[in-house]
Amino acid sequence: MKKLLAFVLTIGLGLLIIFALDANTTFDDFGFANLAERVSTRYITKGSNVDIIFGQTLEPESGPANIVTSIVVDYRSFDTLGEVTVLFISALGVALLLGSAGAQKRMELNFKPNFMLRVGSRALFGIIIMTGVYVTLHGHLTPGGGFPGGAMIASAMLLLYLADDEFRARIKGFKILESIAGSLYVIIGLLGLVVATYFLQNFLPNGTVGDLLSSGIVPIIYILIGLKVGSEISGMIDNFLTEEEAQ
Amino acid sequence: MIMLDYIMLVLSILLLVIAFLAVSEKSLIKSVIFLSALSMLSVVAFVVMKAPDVALTEAVIGSGLVTALFVFTLLSIKKEESK
Repeated sequence: MKKLLAFVLTIGLGLLIIFALDANTTFDDFGFANLAERVSTRYITKGSNVDIIFGQTLEPESGPANIVTSIVVDYRSFDTLGEVTVLFISALGVALLLGSAGAQKRMELNFKPNFMLRVGSRALFGIIIMTGVYVTLHGHLTPGGGFPGGAMIASAMLLLYLADDEFRARIKGFKILESIAGSLYVIIGLLGLVVATYFLQNFLPNGTVGDLLSSGIVPIIYILIGLKVGSEISGMIDNFLTEEEAQ
Repeated sequence: MIMLDYIMLVLSILLLVIAFLAVSEKSLIKSVIFLSALSMLSVVAFVVMKAPDVALTEAVIGSGLVTALFVFTLLSIKKEESK
């Protein structure tokens, strides 16, 4: 009975959304929206009338070849700063709930990892870290960036935690790295205010679209975000997998 | 193009079914695994919808880290109960 009620409620809500969006003047039908009024067109064309060509265009308004990155870290960089702060606060909450000042030990898992698993996971660890670093470094050229790259690095840590029941990362170093990366992000933003006109302005030359060393401060910020996210989530994993030493 | 439409249709129905299973499942651990499967399928959906950035993030966070954290939480809850 309860399931049926939930099902009917879900269908009803879905129909409500469909009917509410149907013939709604705020949302134009597909193909009828006037794109000249939308800010997204400007972001895609990077504010120029000529086409942006990968590997040829010099000094566009916004450097990254990946449109998502050029919106997330260039046009809307301030939002990303807020996003990083949200992640920081949630990591802080986990640390407050699960961490403690006293001695901590690893949570005991029910299985004992054998030799092969330990060695194999060590070999995989390097590959996953490399992928994470690659995704972070090429955030302005290919899909991905600081957030997925950092999460990949953290998942490599998770693999080590799972495959070795005595492994513990040095969390103190992670905490320091995290705060340094976060502060540097704000400092780079303030530098934009001092050197140029507004907060988080891209004050370095943009270079050619598609080069690894291009688009000014965007790769630097993405590396900082990658370090911050990676160390934050690794710290979270450590908090989840440790417990207080029993007295 | 039509091929892609069929893939999308099958994918959407599977997504709905797995989402319903994840909500209605009694055992918590099975529910978490269904959630992970949902994330994995939505990665395919994001790739078909040409959003590789979202797909990458979903693959790492949705199906990897979140599942692991849920499983660890369930493990430690079980430990507390058996004490």
